[in-house]
This record gives sequence, structure tokens and C-alpha cells, in this order.
Amino acid sequence: MADVTLKGITKSFGKGGAKRAVDGIDLAIADGEFVVLLGPTGAGKTTTLRLIAGLETPDAGTVSIGGRPMADLAPASRDVAFVFQQYSLYPHLTVYENLAFPLRSPARRMEAAAIDARVREVAKMVRIDHKLENRSTRLSGGEMQRVAIGRALVRRPSIYLMDEPLSSLDAKLRGELRLELKRIQKDLGATLLYVTHDQIEAMTMADRIGILAEGRLVQIGTPREIYADPANLHVAARLGQPHINLLPVGLLPDVPAPPGTTTIGARTEHIALAREEGGNARVDWIEHLGDQNHLHIKLGEQKLVTLADPDVAVSPGDRISLSLRNPLYFGQDGQRLV
Amino acid sequence: MSPAKTTTVNTAHSVVEPSARSKRIAGTLVIVYALVTMLPLAWIFLTSIKSPPDSISYPPKILFTPSIEGYCNLFTTRTRQTPEYIASLPAPDGVCDAVTRQRNMVIAGPSNFLPRFTNSLIIAFGSTFLAVGLGTLAAYGFSRFKVPMADDLLFFILSTRMMPPIAVAIPIYLMYRQLGLSDTALGMMLLYTAVNVSLAVWLLKGFIDEIPREYEEAAMIDGYSRLQAFRKVVLPQATTGIAATAIFCLIFAWNEYAFASLLTSGSAQTAPPFIPTIIGEGGQDWPAVAAGTTIFLVPILVFTILLRKQLLRGITFGAVRK
Ligand SMILES: Nc1ncnc2c1ncn2[C@@H]1O[C@H](COP(=O)(O)OP(=O)(O)O)[C@@H](O)[C@H]1O
Ligand SMILES: [Mg+2]
Repeated sequence: MADVTLKGITKSFGKGGAKRAVDGIDLAIADGEFVVLLGPTGAGKTTTLRLIAGLETPDAGTVSIGGRPMADLAPASRDVAFVFQQYSLYPHLTVYENLAFPLRSPARRMEAAAIDARVREVAKMVRIDHKLENRSTRLSGGEMQRVAIGRALVRRPSIYLMDEPLSSLDAKLRGELRLELKRIQKDLGATLLYVTHDQIEAMTMADRIGILAEGRLVQIGTPREIYADPANLHVAARLGQPHINLLPVGLLPDVPAPPGTTTIGARTEHIALAREEGGNARVDWIEHLGDQNHLHIKLGEQKLVTLADPDVAVSPGDRISLSLRNPLYFGQDGQRLV
Repeated sequence: MSPAKTTTVNTAHSVVEPSARSKRIAGTLVIVYALVTMLPLAWIFLTSIKSPPDSISYPPKILFTPSIEGYCNLFTTRTRQTPEYIASLPAPDGVCDAVTRQRNMVIAGPSNFLPRFTNSLIIAFGSTFLAVGLGTLAAYGFSRFKVPMADDLLFFILSTRMMPPIAVAIPIYLMYRQLGLSDTALGMMLLYTAVNVSLAVWLLKGFIDEIPREYEEAAMIDGYSRLQAFRKVVLPQATTGIAATAIFCLIFAWNEYAFASLLTSGSAQTAPPFIPTIIGEGGQDWPAVAAGTTIFLVPILVFTILLRKQLLRGITFGAVRK
């Protein structure tokens, strides 16, 4: 394991570099750290990983792994492991052969017995040891992803790079594998860069989250920091269920907004509600999620959504009074004002 | 018991599944088409087991006594002898000997069919191997690397097939004479390779384009060189395409007639120009010609049956999965 540093890496595609996929990213990943890059489709997540792996050459900037600059080093010499978003397994090989494939590479020259021991150990770790002789095409989606992750784990590279490895799975499996992956990473003390568009994966697994938007690293910090202390509107909008409510300033006159505020961001924890005849807001409708309710509220023409316990006694049409407690303030340019 | 016991039995077939009736019609059409296309082949086979008089009788005989004479004549040359001489010979050695003597002839030696057939095998399989090998490498290059003017090059490669062979036959004939390649197996192999390589590049590029490059990239990250990744990851997944391409190339090289009859006459002559020249007494020896044709069909038949699964997927260009 080793630390990984990106300095100003930039990559464009298309004629004359028309499309900036990655735009001046600076990122330092410490040894043994689990960093998640969170961003929507097209944000440049895959490209960032491919640049680190050496599958793409940066237009500018440097990648170094363990202090060693990686410029002009072929992927095989970089000592990274990669879990691809798609096409993760070789369809013509069995599970066992897929897991052994990285160890059998000419660069590694491991002995057959050592390979066998390692494959079986990792197969147990990712709980696929009962299907070692299966063709890799004869697996369920969850099993395939386990093998794909296992194929990275058979090696002890400087860094594991994972490109949305769980995105093709259903919610339940995703939840399980999320936990397992975090456990394995902790046990191994592995350095891991994981990219996803799923905020829950980011929040639950990361030591630090980097928010990626249009090729730029907008903010990086612990999950708590990113959630509670977003640098701008974009970051605030990436996290939180339900989605953060964005209100024009002045909608609620008694909010102590700092000068220059144009937008107020209010999550559930910023919203205080009470039933009150003649209150300033009205319950529009209620979505029942089981353990919780989504309360849809109308404040004048403005719609808000907030979480509420199922036993909060309100029904659609009720008047309520709504006030904000320490909401987030954003200026004209979307930057946070404190 | 619930009163609303209306379990809907879903008898409607799926939307994409053809109905039984259209399946029957399709089946009938296929069978009729197969019969029509197989009729000439059946006729050739029947002719090959007729005696020479039966083979040219008019109206054609449907019922006849099968004879092995065509096959005997195909593999031998014979000379006419007087009945007294034949009577003085020891007992016939084998079926063909006996059949030949009934026509007042004796076997003089082996015919040229076997060497010609061997030439065909060597040239067709050799050129197929070369064309598919070169084609795979070229297709991989075009598929994976930024080749300058790739589109123009690919068009150029294809354009070599746009001319009828006869248009280039004379220049090639002259060229081959200069180079000493006329009437050599090597010359024919190179020529068929050159013709087939364009087809191979185009077909295989399609197949290789469909193999996600992530597989090779994963291998290269895992410590394999590009060439090793190609061998371990791309080739195994391209077998279907390679098999289909090989059959197309083989069929062309096996059946090719125009170049073969122009450029070969002796030691490198292939079966197609040889078979029609089999002459018997008083004209064409039709049963022998038919026997030659029948045997000529066998290698392609075997090859196709062996690779039929790959061929089906290959012909549909990957549209049929699994
Ligand atoms: N090989 C490529 N050629 C052209 N454009 C590309 C290529 N790879 C990525 N891009 C573009 O770069 C941007 C970022 O892509 P990507 O890194 O795949 O995003 P993500 O993984 O976050 O969805 C996208 O707009 C994408 O279209
Ligand atoms: Mg991606």
C-alpha cells in the first residue's frame, strides 16, 4: 500500500480537446485511506481512475504513487488494481481462473501452489468459494461483482481503483456488499479510491469524500464535513435524502441571512414545524415510506420536502408554522456564505 | 373459497415468439429451398455411381444399377487391350481391376486426381490460415489503435475485392511468370491470401470491435503486455468470428476456378480446373467427373459441420447470442 498524489491532472477528449473530462484535479490519498469520488454520470470519474491506472495519458499534471512519478509508466508497471464498472469478468474463464488471472501474469511469476492458496483465501473473503469452478457467465450479478472485487483483492497493489463496482446491483445486495467491502478494506489496511454516483455508498464507506462536477474536484472532506459544511450549492445538492430545499432569500423574513445571500438551503434538520391554525405554510401531501414520511409542504408558492416521523399528527391541508434553524446560505455565485 | 375464482390462464403466446402457423410456413419454405438447392448435388452424386452408358442415356435413368466405375476411373488411367490379353492375365486384383477388365481395359497407373486434390488442400487451407492470421492482426490494429487515415485504408483494403478477378488475371499472370511463381503452390497460396485478407480484415474488425477493450485493459493492469493480453483475452473471445471468417476464406480458396485455370497447369494445379478435364474413351467421362466433384465437396462439408455453431453466429455477425 502507498499514498497516491494527483497534481493538476487534466484530460480532454475530442477534436482539439473540445471536451474537458478531467480539469486540474489535485488530490492526495493517504496510505490506507478509503477515498470516494462522488459525482453524476459524465463528471469524469472513470477518466480520473483511468489516468491513475495509466490507461489514459494526462494532457497536464502528474500522478505519483508512493512518491514515484508515474509519467510514461505502462499500466502493468504501476502496481494498481482496477475494478471496472462493466465487463468485469473474462467470460471464457471460470471463477477460479478469473481470480488467478492477475497472479498468473508473466510480470508476477507466482508459483502454482501460492496462487492456489491466494485464490482460495480471497474467494472466502468475498464469499464465492463455493462457486470456484463455475463459468463466470453462470453467476448472478452479485456473485459477478464479488468475483470482480476478488480479482482486484488477490493482489496487494499500491492502490485499489474501483469504478462504481456496485452500481449494477439491486439495493439489498448493494447494501450488503457495501458493508463487506468496507470491512475488507479495513482488515487489509488497503488504500482505495472508489468512484460512484451513489451518495449512500459515499457516506457509508468513505474516510473522505471528494465531490466531482464537470471534471473538477469541488470539495473534499470527511462525510460529515461534506454533508454539514458544503462549500457551495452543488455540493449541498449532492447529499441528503430528501433533496435539500432551496428557497429564495426573503421568503421567510425573520431568517438572519448574511448580506449577499440569494438562496437559502434547508434540509430536514434545518426545518422546525408545528401545527398551528393560521401558520405560514400548508401540508400539501404525505408520502408514507414506512419508517418515515416525506412531508410535502407549500410555503406560499414554494414547495418543500422534509422528513417526519410517522406519528407526527398532521394530514394534508393542515396549516403549520415553519421556521428555519441554522440553514445554509448561498450567494449569487452559488458559493456558501458563513 | 373466494367467489372471484377467475384465474386467468395465459394462453397468448409472447409477442416476439412467432405463431405456430408462421413457424410451419417458414419450415416448409426452408425445406423446399433446401430440396431445390440440393437437387444438383444429389444429381452429381447419382451420376458418380452410374456406369458411363447410364450416365449419358436419354431420358435420364432414375433407376439404375449402381456402379463404382466412376470412382475407379477417377483415380486411375487405363489402356485398351485385346480380350485375349486380358484373358491371359491372372485373376483381377480388387474391384476396380475387375470393373476395368469388363470394358476390355487394364489399369495403367494412378491418375492425377490425388495430387491435384492434395494441391487444393494445401493451397486452400494454407491461404486460409494466412489470410485469417494476417486479418486478425490487422483487424485488431484497426480496432484498437488510432491508425492514421484508418477509414481510407479500410476502404482501400475492401476495394481490392471490387474488381472481377479476370480484370487482374493478365497482370498477375505476367508478374508471376517474372517472379517464378506461376504454377507453384506458394504462388497460389499468396494470391488467395491477398484476395481473402480484405474479407478477413472487414469481418474480423466487426467481431473484435464487439469485444470490450476493458478486458485487455484489465489484463494489462494485471501485469500482461498487450501481446499477451491479445493472446489470453482477445483471441479466446474472437474464436467465433475467426471460425466464421475461416470458413468464408476456405470456401473461396477451395472453389476458386478463374485464377487456378489461368495460373496453374501442371504440378500446382488444383482440383477445380482438373476435374472437368477428366476424359474417358470417346469424350467426357461423366461418372468420373461426378465422382471427383463429390469427393471435392467432402472437405468443405466436414469443415462446415465441425464449425456450424460458430458459422451460424458468424453469419449473423454476432446478432444471435449464445
Ligand atoms: N474515450 C473518450 N472519448 C471521448 N470522450 C470521452 C472519452 N471518455 C470519456 N469521455 C467524456 O468525458 C466525460 C467524462 O467521462 P467519464 O470519466 O466516463 O465520466 P463518469 O465516469 O463520471 O460518468 C464525459 O463527457 C465523456 O463523454
Ligand atoms: Mg464512469
